[in-house]
Amino acid sequence: MSLFNVMNIAATGMHAENVRLNTTASNVANANSVSSSYDQTYKARHPVFAAALDQANQDQTRGTGVEVLGVVESQKPLQVEYSPGHPMADENGYIYKPNVNIVEEMADMMSASKSYETNVQVADTTKRIFSRVLMLGQGR
Amino acid sequence: MAISLDRLTAFHQRAVNVRNDRMEVIAGNLANANTPGYKARDINFQEAMRSATYGQQHNLTRTNEKHLSASSSALPREIQFRETNQPDTGDGNNVEVQKERNMFLDNGLRYQASLQFLDGKFKGFKKALTGGQS
Repeated sequence: MSLFNVMNIAATGMHAENVRLNTTASNVANANSVSSSYDQTYKARHPVFAAALDQANQDQTRGTGVEVLGVVESQKPLQVEYSPGHPMADENGYIYKPNVNIVEEMADMMSASKSYETNVQVADTTKRIFSRVLMLGQGR
Repeated sequence: MAISLDRLTAFHQRAVNVRNDRMEVIAGNLANANTPGYKARDINFQEAMRSATYGQQHNLTRTNEKHLSASSSALPREIQFRETNQPDTGDGNNVEVQKERNMFLDNGLRYQASLQFLDGKFKGFKKALTGGQS
């Protein structure tokens, strides 16, 4: 029960959104990485969020932070393209492109950056209130 | 007559406490705006204040160690799920970020107001102690 908790929660939020931004960046950067086999091709990555329930603190009066459970690879099928002239083509003339949907990734990126901003603002407000608390009773 | 700082500041101190808890809960809502399955929660300020006051007033003396303690933590603050206008976004999350941000701002300002009241109490107290000098 203190303002530090609010700071911590905002920090978990920032961390989670940061992971999301990271995976999005890597997805977008690799959107055109062509390869010659199914296994070697880059697959889109997405973080899995979960509410971090603090079981140690049994009392119900607290907010909940975010936990990044992990990063999973997308199970969507890859884009297989017949392109025999391509230097990376396999013996049958196919190249494999990642299953990254650029439009989805852009939307994800905007959402992540907005949420990040929100958490930063929460931390900022908390900081200001904190300094007010520390000033209590100091004036004459 | 004993000077009771507690009696002087009790109300605003309790208000600050509840504001603090509420701030935490709303920060949690905002942090979980993208968590699948998360439901927005909130503290009912009035009820929390009432239970805080109730806990404070029960100054019972324990004459036997088997007696249950009636401390201020006897009544835990209830966290409720918030009724939102947006039932579901498809992944079970019903946090309305705009609303939560407004609530956070509102709560923060009221927090500061309570702090200011508290500060005023301290100032008055100080003035009384020093007799108005310096």
